[in-house]
Amino acid sequence: MDFDFYLSTMWSVLKALPLTLEIWFFGIAFGLVIATGLTWLRASGYKSGEYFTRAYVFIFRGSPLLVQLYLIYFGLSQFDFVRHSPILWPILRDPMYCTIVAMALNTAAYESEIFRGALRAVPVGQIEAAKAFGMSAFTRFRIVTLPIALRLALPAYSTEIILMTKATALASVVTIMEMMGTAQKIQHDTFRPIEVLTCAGVIYLLLNLSIARLFAWVEYALSPHLRPAPDRSQQIKPVPEVL
Amino acid sequence: MSASPAAAANAEPSPDAMAAISVKDMRKCFGDHEVLKGISLEAHKGDVISILGSSGSGKSTLLRCINLLETPDSGEVRVGGELIRMKQGQGGHQTPADIRQVERIRADLAMVFQSFNLWSHMTVLENLVAAPVHVQKRPRAECLEQAEALLKRVGIWERRNYYPPHMSGGQQQRAAIARALAMNPKVMLFDEPTSALDPELVGEVLRVMRSLAEEGRTMLVVTHEMGFARDVSSKVMFLHKGEVDSLGEPKEMFARPPTQQFKQFITNFNK
Ligand SMILES: Nc1ncnc2c1ncn2[C@@H]1O[C@H](COP(=O)(O)OP(=O)(O)OP(=O)(O)O)[C@@H](O)[C@H]1O
Ligand SMILES: [Mg+2]
Repeated sequence: MDFDFYLSTMWSVLKALPLTLEIWFFGIAFGLVIATGLTWLRASGYKSGEYFTRAYVFIFRGSPLLVQLYLIYFGLSQFDFVRHSPILWPILRDPMYCTIVAMALNTAAYESEIFRGALRAVPVGQIEAAKAFGMSAFTRFRIVTLPIALRLALPAYSTEIILMTKATALASVVTIMEMMGTAQKIQHDTFRPIEVLTCAGVIYLLLNLSIARLFAWVEYALSPHLRPAPDRSQQIKPVPEVL
Repeated sequence: MSASPAAAANAEPSPDAMAAISVKDMRKCFGDHEVLKGISLEAHKGDVISILGSSGSGKSTLLRCINLLETPDSGEVRVGGELIRMKQGQGGHQTPADIRQVERIRADLAMVFQSFNLWSHMTVLENLVAAPVHVQKRPRAECLEQAEALLKRVGIWERRNYYPPHMSGGQQQRAAIARALAMNPKVMLFDEPTSALDPELVGEVLRVMRSLAEEGRTMLVVTHEMGFARDVSSKVMFLHKGEVDSLGEPKEMFARPPTQQFKQFITNFNK
């Protein structure tokens, strides 16, 4: 086994980690914003809002992310109005931005479904109690509905984030030299696909392991009430009020 | 500005102005099922009114229409003389005219639910301070102090940092009563507060409610506890199929049931 080759490959791929993280971060950040909007639209009670979100989810959940990425990167630039738009063109001619846009649009579809389910699962009785104590709709949402829904959404949300980590590898098909792109280049240069892909795979594994651990910790910290009753409950630190 | 109609209602020298809570001719349908068929009710300060009735007679619906968890189809609710203003919405159904007013009045009408409905992600202490801090905008420190005193009173101060799922039903219901008390409510609404409890836990909750009655709280209590209705309440109201079948002084009602329906109801219970 060529230990030096593994080490140097690891190192080269790791140098692309910041770029991977950048795509990942902005993808899920914008995705969260869009998902929040979609969830709000869906819950707003307007029929048109519901139809729009349903169509959105149908399209972006129903087709492969790779197809969406290609269509956004290669497809949209076919339109003159895109090429002449001072806002759209700078975004859509840049493969990096295109990847982020595709990821955000795609994950938003899944996340809006996760949030919708979580909101529906909040026990009605607890919302009624908030009403009966005179809380306004906004206070009710902030103090009761949202904190409970967030906790309910967390497990599915963390899975979606992990899927997004892996999805960043698709950026390589539009020429981005993130971890996967870098690995492919090394592979082309060296003809040693097994070693190179193993290195990349291990790094993705470790990355997702950390993300999963982070979410597990957040989940644990936020749900003392869902664990078995401890004997030393006096010492349970109450969850910070904002959550 | 929005306070002026309320002030006018308060100033009215009607007999209702004396009532802590008054309900006039309340009606409510679910679809074509008429659940409340014109119910009137008046509670003065310190009154404890037990509301009895068989399942489906509309007891919960009555309480929920009083604090607008359900919107009554017609009828008036006054709290401390102040009329809850309604307006005609679309489809002929009325809706609250001013949701702020409703929220303000709800804060004066603390409710205790059959299934407790404590906020599960908050500790008991947080449950007690949430509404006083966020609705009544009282200083947190003062609310915490009051909350601890209330928890001592209902006997679960040791559990103040517990989360609701970690407590027995009786403890949860006492916490829920303390949460209601923390609002310094004018009237307390109880919807079958002991019905979800194991028999051996009913007593501890009834003891707390009895002590509230003794200190002169105004309470509307939907219950199946005949002992409480007979010995603690100042009035008993028996609902039958959405109507007030009988209403009276408890000892009298139980000794000489005024209607055949009520007689049957209590004999079924004693069986
Ligand atoms: N949200 C609703 N939609 C439709 N029907 C309802 C609704 N709430 C109550 N009902 C119906 O109204 C009737 C009265 O219900 P309510 O809950 O007020 O009875 P109750 O006297 O409290 O009975 P219980 O002792 O079982 O609690 C029942 O027939 C019930 O099915
Ligand atoms: Mg009921």
